[in-house]
Amino acid sequence: MSFEPRIVAFLCNWCSYTGADLAGTSRIQYQPNVRVIRVMCSGRVDPAFVLQALATGADGVLVCGCHPGDCHYSEGNYKAMRRFPLLERILAAYGVPKERVRLEWVSASEGQRFADLVNDMTDRLRALGPSPIKSGLRTDAVERY
Amino acid sequence: MAENKKLQVALYWGAACGGCDVAVLDTNEFILDIARAADIRLWPIAVDGKYKDVEAMADGELDLCLFNGAVRNSENEEIAKLLRRKSKVMVAFGSCAYMGGIPGLANLTTREAIVDRAYFHNPSIQPGNHTMPQSETQVGAETLHLPRFYKRVYKLSDVVDVDYFVPGCPPAPAQVKGVVRAVIATADGGSLPPKGTVVGASDRALCDDCSRAKAEKKIARFYRPFQVVQDPKRCLLEQGIVCMGPVTRSGCGVRCPDSNMGCRGCYGPLPGVHDHGARFLSALASVIDSKDRTEIDAILDGIPDFIGTAYRFGVPASLLQRSVRS
Repeated sequence: MSFEPRIVAFLCNWCSYTGADLAGTSRIQYQPNVRVIRVMCSGRVDPAFVLQALATGADGVLVCGCHPGDCHYSEGNYKAMRRFPLLERILAAYGVPKERVRLEWVSASEGQRFADLVNDMTDRLRALGPSPIKSGLRTDAVERY
Repeated sequence: MAENKKLQVALYWGAACGGCDVAVLDTNEFILDIARAADIRLWPIAVDGKYKDVEAMADGELDLCLFNGAVRNSENEEIAKLLRRKSKVMVAFGSCAYMGGIPGLANLTTREAIVDRAYFHNPSIQPGNHTMPQSETQVGAETLHLPRFYKRVYKLSDVVDVDYFVPGCPPAPAQVKGVVRAVIATADGGSLPPKGTVVGASDRALCDDCSRAKAEKKIARFYRPFQVVQDPKRCLLEQGIVCMGPVTRSGCGVRCPDSNMGCRGCYGPLPGVHDHGARFLSALASVIDSKDRTEIDAILDGIPDFIGTAYRFGVPASLLQRSVRS
């Protein structure tokens, strides 16, 4: 069986989840590789969620929030925006390729954009292959050398 | 415990610098109280005990083992397992045993790179010298064994069951006393905290105990401590000096901020936090005073080694544990 990437997506309730919903109600077809977790705001996404997802077997993590300036809570997406470059530095040091974790802005009217985004990310991850993180940690428990 | 029976204690170091052992000695004359109440059966830095003496003990013969240092090679693991078997109470003593510590930073590189640096490409090595320790060497009819160097660093609880954790790099002498007193008190019917407890530390953040004045934090530029003349009364983070106080357990006596250095996080994450570095990342991101990605990147460039800062003592205890390269 060929490799199908598993993507965990954290979507903000007000823009991105509604955008993904619009993709569905508009009957836009996109690849079924994404598992959506609805959060109230992209600012709610603790970087530990992203790391936990990777450590437990996700091949990619997508975080989506309202466009800058559009946050329902005025500033939450800026928090996400400021965390992301730090998270990128951590992931780079851990040797995790950039393609595995993305932060994107998707508004409630951007159903097509959400579908394109998922398709694009799925294709890139498929080309990249399975994430070695979870299996690596499992091996570490029994193989020391 | 019988009247004249002393507490049986072992202290051991895995991959460590020796600072934790010195921290025990830093309790000054209290060490005499320890010697009065306890027989130190193994303590490589100070007492002449042999592994074979430990092997000869009955299981559970030791009342307490303070294990400092991370698990880097097969000797560390072997002795950790031996001491676990012989000890009633196993304590991960210090940041390395608790979270992997400074040796744990090696999990961001590879074993091959470390070996290459140590034995082949190093200014102090004579060019052309390819001497490299082997785990087995044949000398005449004898086979000599050296410990095997693991591909990554583990924290103590990855290889054995640990009863208590004492954080600190090194643990503060007052906390060392407290822990030893608590164990001594069990002889008089004192009870120990539930298994798995982090002892010798507070459940609050370092900021709660820090005397510096704190106001709203907005950082437009980070400074390394030598780049700025600091106000000794004001929060370091507000002055742009990286400090892990907001996300780190207190209990150390606020020694670093009181010495004009930002907290380095050696006491580890607060209770309930799974990833110290990720929590620090969030705390830091929320005080950066910018809404522009380019500007944010420029501000963050003021921290030269973010991962080494956020996970200085805890790469093996982090969610990802190691680089995928290692």
